[in-house]
Amino acid sequence: MRIGLDIGSTTIKCVVLDDAGRIVLSRYQRHKSQIAQLAEVLLHTIKAEFPGEKFTLGISGSAGMGLAEELGIDFLQEVYATRVALKRLVPEADCAIELGGEDAKILFLTGAGGLEVRMNGTCAGGTGAFIDQMATLMDVSVEQLEPLSAHHQRSYAIASRCGVFAKSDIQPLLNQGARKEDVARSIFEAVAGQTIAGLAQGREIAGNVVYLGGPLTFFSQLRDCFDKALGIRGIHPENSLYFVSIGAAMQAAGEVDIDALIPRIQRRAGAARYVSCPPLFTDEAAYRAFRARHDKNRVDTVEKPGYDGKVYIGIDSGSTTIKAVVIDEDHNLLKTAYMSNRGNPLPEVKRFLKEFYDEFPRATVAGAGATGYGEALVKAAFRLDGGVVETVAHFIAARQLQRDVDFIIDIGGQDIKCFKIRDGAIDDIFLNEACSSGCGSFIQTFAAAWGLPVDEFARRGLLAKHPVDLGSRCTVFMNSSVKQAQKDGATLEDISAGLSISIVKNALYKVIRTADAAELGDHIVVQGGTFLNDAVLRAFEREIGKDVVRPNIAGLMGAYGVAVWSAERSKGKSGMLTRAELDAFDMQTSNTRCQGCKNHCMLNIIKFDGGRRFISGNRCEKMTGGGKKAMPNLYEVKRQMLRELTPGDNLRGRIGIPMGLNMYELYPFWHALFTRLGFEVVQSPESDHALYAAGQRTIPSDTACYPAKLMHGHTEWLLQQGVDAIFYPCLSYNFDEKRGDNHYNCPVVAYYPEVLRLNVPGLRNTKFISDYLGIHRPRDFERRFPRVLDRYFPGIPRREVREAVRAAYRAYDDHMAAVRARGAEMLREAREKGVPVIVLCGRPYHIDPEISHGIDQQIAQLGAVVVTEDSVNMNVQKFSVNVLNQWTYHSRLYSAARYVATCGDPGVNLVQLVSFGCGVDAITTDEVRRILSEGGKLYTQLKIDEITNPGAVRIRLRSLFAALGQEEA
Amino acid sequence: MQERIEFTREMKRDYTILMPNMLPVHFRLLRDVFRLHGYNMVLLDNEGPGVVEAGLKYVHNDTCYPALLCIGQFIDALQSGRFDINRTALIITQTGGGCRASNYIHLLRKALIKAGMAHVPVISLNPAGLEKNSGFQLTPTLLLQSMVTILYADVLMCLKNQVEPYEDDPGACARLVDHWAEKLTDQFKRHPRAGALHFKRNIREIARDFDAVPHTPAEKVKVGIVGEIYVKYSSLANNHLERFLLEQGCEVNLPGLMGFLLNALDHNIDDVDLYGGSRFNQLLCKAVMRYVNHIEAVIARAIRKNSRLNPPTPYKTTRRELDGVLGVGCKMGEGWLLTAEMCELIDSGVPNIVCVQPFGCLPNHIAGKGTIRALREKFPEANIVPIDYDPGATRVNQENRLKLMLSVARESLSGTPKVS
Repeated sequence: MRIGLDIGSTTIKCVVLDDAGRIVLSRYQRHKSQIAQLAEVLLHTIKAEFPGEKFTLGISGSAGMGLAEELGIDFLQEVYATRVALKRLVPEADCAIELGGEDAKILFLTGAGGLEVRMNGTCAGGTGAFIDQMATLMDVSVEQLEPLSAHHQRSYAIASRCGVFAKSDIQPLLNQGARKEDVARSIFEAVAGQTIAGLAQGREIAGNVVYLGGPLTFFSQLRDCFDKALGIRGIHPENSLYFVSIGAAMQAAGEVDIDALIPRIQRRAGAARYVSCPPLFTDEAAYRAFRARHDKNRVDTVEKPGYDGKVYIGIDSGSTTIKAVVIDEDHNLLKTAYMSNRGNPLPEVKRFLKEFYDEFPRATVAGAGATGYGEALVKAAFRLDGGVVETVAHFIAARQLQRDVDFIIDIGGQDIKCFKIRDGAIDDIFLNEACSSGCGSFIQTFAAAWGLPVDEFARRGLLAKHPVDLGSRCTVFMNSSVKQAQKDGATLEDISAGLSISIVKNALYKVIRTADAAELGDHIVVQGGTFLNDAVLRAFEREIGKDVVRPNIAGLMGAYGVAVWSAERSKGKSGMLTRAELDAFDMQTSNTRCQGCKNHCMLNIIKFDGGRRFISGNRCEKMTGGGKKAMPNLYEVKRQMLRELTPGDNLRGRIGIPMGLNMYELYPFWHALFTRLGFEVVQSPESDHALYAAGQRTIPSDTACYPAKLMHGHTEWLLQQGVDAIFYPCLSYNFDEKRGDNHYNCPVVAYYPEVLRLNVPGLRNTKFISDYLGIHRPRDFERRFPRVLDRYFPGIPRREVREAVRAAYRAYDDHMAAVRARGAEMLREAREKGVPVIVLCGRPYHIDPEISHGIDQQIAQLGAVVVTEDSVNMNVQKFSVNVLNQWTYHSRLYSAARYVATCGDPGVNLVQLVSFGCGVDAITTDEVRRILSEGGKLYTQLKIDEITNPGAVRIRLRSLFAALGQEEA
Repeated sequence: MQERIEFTREMKRDYTILMPNMLPVHFRLLRDVFRLHGYNMVLLDNEGPGVVEAGLKYVHNDTCYPALLCIGQFIDALQSGRFDINRTALIITQTGGGCRASNYIHLLRKALIKAGMAHVPVISLNPAGLEKNSGFQLTPTLLLQSMVTILYADVLMCLKNQVEPYEDDPGACARLVDHWAEKLTDQFKRHPRAGALHFKRNIREIARDFDAVPHTPAEKVKVGIVGEIYVKYSSLANNHLERFLLEQGCEVNLPGLMGFLLNALDHNIDDVDLYGGSRFNQLLCKAVMRYVNHIEAVIARAIRKNSRLNPPTPYKTTRRELDGVLGVGCKMGEGWLLTAEMCELIDSGVPNIVCVQPFGCLPNHIAGKGTIRALREKFPEANIVPIDYDPGATRVNQENRLKLMLSVARESLSGTPKVS
């Protein structure tokens, strides 16, 4: 008989085939890292079930490699095993999609291009682990997703590239009251989208498609999403869980002696061979001493039954939990609560408030406020008096405990917030941008995978002997590190301790990016629920080599801060819902598309009793009416300038230009050149998600920046227009603005046309002008361009082309001059009126609203004039920077930072937009921060990607404004 | 703006200069050449988690992996106590291209400041004279010897890779490389400007020596490695990729270093053709190019005549193989050379290719991953696996993907799948 063992990242699948190849036994189990033990049990079972049989054994699966190697057993790569099984069981298959715990694979079996296998790379987005993670987030069991999804009415766009981003999309949806049914469906759609886009990479999935692996076996809704996305009806074969093990069984050649094997597996289970850190506590006594020291930092809860004075209420509606406190006039705690938000904060908050009214019927609510992700919702629902950004709330709270606090680090479920305090004000803010590694939900997800409550899971690590050294890295990658450690025999205790240590390292080295703990400060207050975990606290103190203050209410500090803040601003009586109003409280959710502008945001409307409405999902305040008039915005002006360029008459043909990357800057140049020559210039539209989706399947490198990936959609759009040619040249060099040491474009901007040429099939049937051009040498370009154009459009008189080139240079100069003049004017007006100015630094293509997610509009809405980096960079002379200053666009960032640092106006500040995946910005961000700090200015960076999470960006912006003393609550 | 610490003449006398070890054969020979010129060079061999930790701590985490490792290795070495940090300098190459790799030296200096070792001088090794140091000069003799050394090392590496998997006595090829490394250094010592005579004879003898290594022919999967230069060559960066492939029973094919240098030169020629510029400089570059092309042809002939082995692919051949798949204007990072190397490998019977890059490598979005689809269409037998390297990528994932590529390779080699 043949045994096939498929050891995946989370499960073991085992089959036994008889000599005719029929399955006589199959098992599917979560292994919870007990691989060796489970393998042993399985072998025993098989032995007992089929006494006297001879066996061959084949092992496959990502976690099986180590075991197979050590035992000297045949190992078959799992994708390959799948193919072996497919050939036998579903010979008509053209393509197979297999999703596993942390792997996603597509096998192309037939058709042009031959056999080809695609696996997900270092990213685990779109896999079983991702679905597990999302279920945890929604507070439902994985099994419930299926029935929920079946009742969906609509779905939301969720960034599917990685679990971290999807999470930051889903969280606000849940917080804002989106239906769980719809979110469940959206998760499945995201998985299908990620698999197809991330793995197919341009190769069409068609013919007989087979669905394999756990998620596709268990969720018919997921299969349905794939069917819809691919426009096919996929095959869902019998035993779809076991294809890898069947393949391994079929290929296994060598006979094994199970009795001899079992003791060898047992021996292996005992040997640990991974890199480990020193234990957190060597013994119980050390741990008790540590506890005793920290028990001293307390805000005490006082028992005042029948209290009839004034109270202040603070509610911190965080990403995964809700914290609420009630304090008396001396800032003592009367009542606290720490609740899981279960996807919707309102019922929990309502319950808390009712309890409060019951316990303190005679107290007067003199002030109530909210903070956190759900601030706006909670505030609106319960008619609280105000809201404050979390950073400020945490600072206020920390100051209550440690007057001379100079550094605060708050690690919550999904956010890390740290800031320095200088002269009694928030000075330097560090927030985790698009990355949630190092946060509490990280450890929560792992605990859930082991089926343990998070505090139990963390506690088991306290006395671990050999904590796994997991380094500092992204959550998604951490899965595979844990997998590796499991493979090497780490215990649950060691992994738990390792994760706690890793959270701290992530926070210190990835978010704060400190090299030296001394620079953090002397009086450090740590807060946030994650620090209630002793293992994390201990790891933090050890990593920075200092004792810190952890208040006993570390998890409640945000809420406590708002309560104190409300007390400070109290006007004597709060407008919060009364007991009677609370009893009648009720809400209904509906959705609609906003018709206010081209963005057509999907609005989520919640109606509370008495007709009060709360609208979310909007990028601007236009339709919700809450905001003030937006400030002048140079981003908008620039967009308008580009829109105003008319296509020209079609005398010689129609030229399509994809609007993206450097075209946002050079469009006036090429537009002038081609219209002058009698071409109609067809400009692709401003990007949106649908446009992106239209080109997604031809993107070869999933880790390229979003602006680059959008080019595929623009190209597809132009191909649909039937233009005579698409013009998108390669440009190694940019214009020399004499502010840097060289004037390159970044490699992606310079050569992306080549990627399109090689990967977008439609371009083969169209003239695609992607020649290497040298516009940085005007005289040479004027001489050379006629020859280039002649290859595509022969017969245009040379002199005419040369004139057009000269006109192009003039048009470009005029355009840039206009941008600068407009910028200067805005700056002057702002200074005259004393209005704050934000130099929103990015690249020319960041004016695309799909790329910047309307951040420019948000800033304008918050009350600051927005100008661009290219409108101020020429205001400074060339100066030396500590890096090689060799890219034109990036050179502008340094100059703009220099301008902000030296302009002498505290009202002028800088915010840098950074596209995720931009390798060059790894260099610029540190340098821009340094230049700004020389001028005593704050640095704020917003990382942007496919994700649209206006809420998170808003918090960061408000933190900046609060730090600048500009925020009105 | 921090003042740069110059490496002075006085320092040359008693300073130790640390250099990263990107390619074992090449850098060892280069170290010996530099030592002959009075520089006390030490090749770094520290590995392990300390290197990555130091990198993560002192370099921006989104910076590419090679910078992180290279700088991490320097800092780790300086902090190890093995060297007197008041008597130690660092040397690093600087290319000046449009890739962010040109920034390594600046990132290294930033890291040194952060680590409290701002006084350690950093020497920029570049032929363009980007930064000057009174104590460090690329004299014509040194430059010439370095170039000749790289040619030798390319030959040694190329021949070793072809023989080693089949050798009867394990370690025979490694010993032969050692033997030649010593012999060549010795020659440089005795004849600083050793002429063409030595050169031809040496190549001939190297070819014969490798040809004579006792071996047993076998049918093995041939795998080429291309990609970002540091990750491609450095075992520190690629988790000992070559060793892994050897253990899996493959013959590894690694394109040489000279091609990369010539490619940089070639960009100067192509830039003038594409965008205009000084014809004089172009002629000069062309002359150098022609000269090195000639030497490469001499090497190829000598190896063919004296052994059954294949010589390193001359640059001209590689360039021809590109065949318009990518424009020659694509020059940042490895640029079109990476694509051309893949074409050349496939065309010469090595369809199995590992294309390595640091996670998020910008140029390789274009020349690596961006061209794979086109290459598969052009060469249906192509079996290319792109592998990303970064501090978060684990070996188990990388090896799993490599094993998949090898399963497919073995199948096309023998017609039947095999287990490993």
